[in-house]
Amino acid sequence: MISLLSTPWPDVDDLLLPALGETVRTVVLVMSIVVLLGGPLGLLIFNTSPLGLRPHRAVNVSISWIANLGRSLPFLVLMAAVIPVTKLVFGTTIGFKAALIPMSIAGVAFFARLTENAVREVPREVLDVGLASGSNRWQIVRGIQLREALPGLVAGLTLNVIAMIEYSAIAGAIGAGGIGYLAVNNGYRRFDDHVMIACIVVLIAMVQAIQFSGDRLVRALTH
Amino acid sequence: MIEISGLTKAYGDTRVLDGIDLTVADGQIAAVVGPSGAGKSTLARCINLLERPTSGSITVSGQDLAALSGKQLRLARREIGTVFQSANLLRRLTAAQNIALPMRHQGVPEAEIRRRVGDLLERVGMLQRANHYPSQLSGGQRQRVGIARGLALQPSVLLSDEATSGLDPDATRAILDLLTELRDDLGVTILVITHEMDVVRSIADHVAQLDHGRIVEQGAVADVVRRSDSPLSRALLPMPTVPAADGRRLWTLRYRGAVSPVWLSHAGRDLGDIAVLAALVEESGDTSVGRLTVGLDPRLDERRVVDVLADLGLAAEPVTSLRAVRAESAA
Repeated sequence: MISLLSTPWPDVDDLLLPALGETVRTVVLVMSIVVLLGGPLGLLIFNTSPLGLRPHRAVNVSISWIANLGRSLPFLVLMAAVIPVTKLVFGTTIGFKAALIPMSIAGVAFFARLTENAVREVPREVLDVGLASGSNRWQIVRGIQLREALPGLVAGLTLNVIAMIEYSAIAGAIGAGGIGYLAVNNGYRRFDDHVMIACIVVLIAMVQAIQFSGDRLVRALTH
Repeated sequence: MIEISGLTKAYGDTRVLDGIDLTVADGQIAAVVGPSGAGKSTLARCINLLERPTSGSITVSGQDLAALSGKQLRLARREIGTVFQSANLLRRLTAAQNIALPMRHQGVPEAEIRRRVGDLLERVGMLQRANHYPSQLSGGQRQRVGIARGLALQPSVLLSDEATSGLDPDATRAILDLLTELRDDLGVTILVITHEMDVVRSIADHVAQLDHGRIVEQGAVADVVRRSDSPLSRALLPMPTVPAADGRRLWTLRYRGAVSPVWLSHAGRDLGDIAVLAALVEESGDTSVGRLTVGLDPRLDERRVVDVLADLGLAAEPVTSLRAVRAESAA
């Protein structure tokens, strides 16, 4: 049974499209930060480990600890915990900006681990090839490690984007806007089933499309 | 030429390599053989400078590479090209791109890279597969690309670290032929590290046996095979398994150089029937080296057998090894 309180179908678009735009904007922005910070962090974690190009226990333990910190708290708790920071930086705790800081913290920590795992898959012997022919560390990281790990990195990126879409929806619960906010605020609180269904369909379609393209890309990059 | 002198590598109190001395002359192929755990891979990693030796020197073209550090060490590594076990090619690069990689990293101009990659691919017989990815190549083909990559920076020494382990006999033969050809055509000095005696027999000029981190025996292959009683000599030219001795006593006979071609019938006049159970004759330069296992009448006096054969130019020794005893008792 469809509730009488529902927004008529033709009008759902007017609510959905701006929310979708906001979600996409948030995820794209957060993902840029995630790749820019989480990628190098992951490389640093791996390469300071005993298997890496420049083992350094103290550095490894500390950055590994920091990365774990970002993944320790359930996202809802993390979000609440960093509200003071958000307020300090943006002067507000609602709307699209409110989600940026907690999502970035969680995303960077997640991507650092995904990057570490992806480069760990590159056999040590292949790095030795670079060392034995006189390549410097940066050349080995860029020309061998990242290049060989690319399919794994893309797979990780896919996973991360999907996680960020999910987080953006959770962020909706504290009024951060986007599809999640629309689903919670209109669909759930106002019993607007049309909006709820539309949100669910859009989320499913988005996640499926991202996973599908990610898988295709990984296959294309694997030789 | 590569000159390794007093090379020692220790991890804590454990000496994995202990005073290795090994010299390979220009254009020679030397092989280091040894069982697993002898320190071969550590030796390889010290020679291509991936591991810093605890002490000792590695001199290539008059420069001690082991003493270098930092940027100089990185540059020095180019002097020694390495062919790794199982090739270690980058999976996401084609054969040509794999060969080009070290040159790219050393800033060789693009036109020069293209020219050299073409030359190298042709030299290793892989020109038709330049744009294949490693997954599209066989083990032997991958190793050819690995060799081409090892040569990309025009090193004076090529280190082959178990490059043929894991290849089938045909592919092994082809790779060994290729290495010999490279030595003949380019004059590159080759140091082969292997556990396979076949590899030594096929291509090495010089051989060194590594055991528990030390070189226990070394020399020119032609000399080593002539040594009358050395473990390395026996490993290089193993005697076939001795069949049943039929109640006869087993003797090992050795000769080197001038021995009458009809010594066997001469010996037979004095010693009675001689059952030749196994024999190996190796021509080495202008002398021949022979090793035989024979069965003689057990009632013969030991002293007499030795004397009779010594007169004919052969060294005789009764077989006492456990394996031979077992062979005797089984007979």
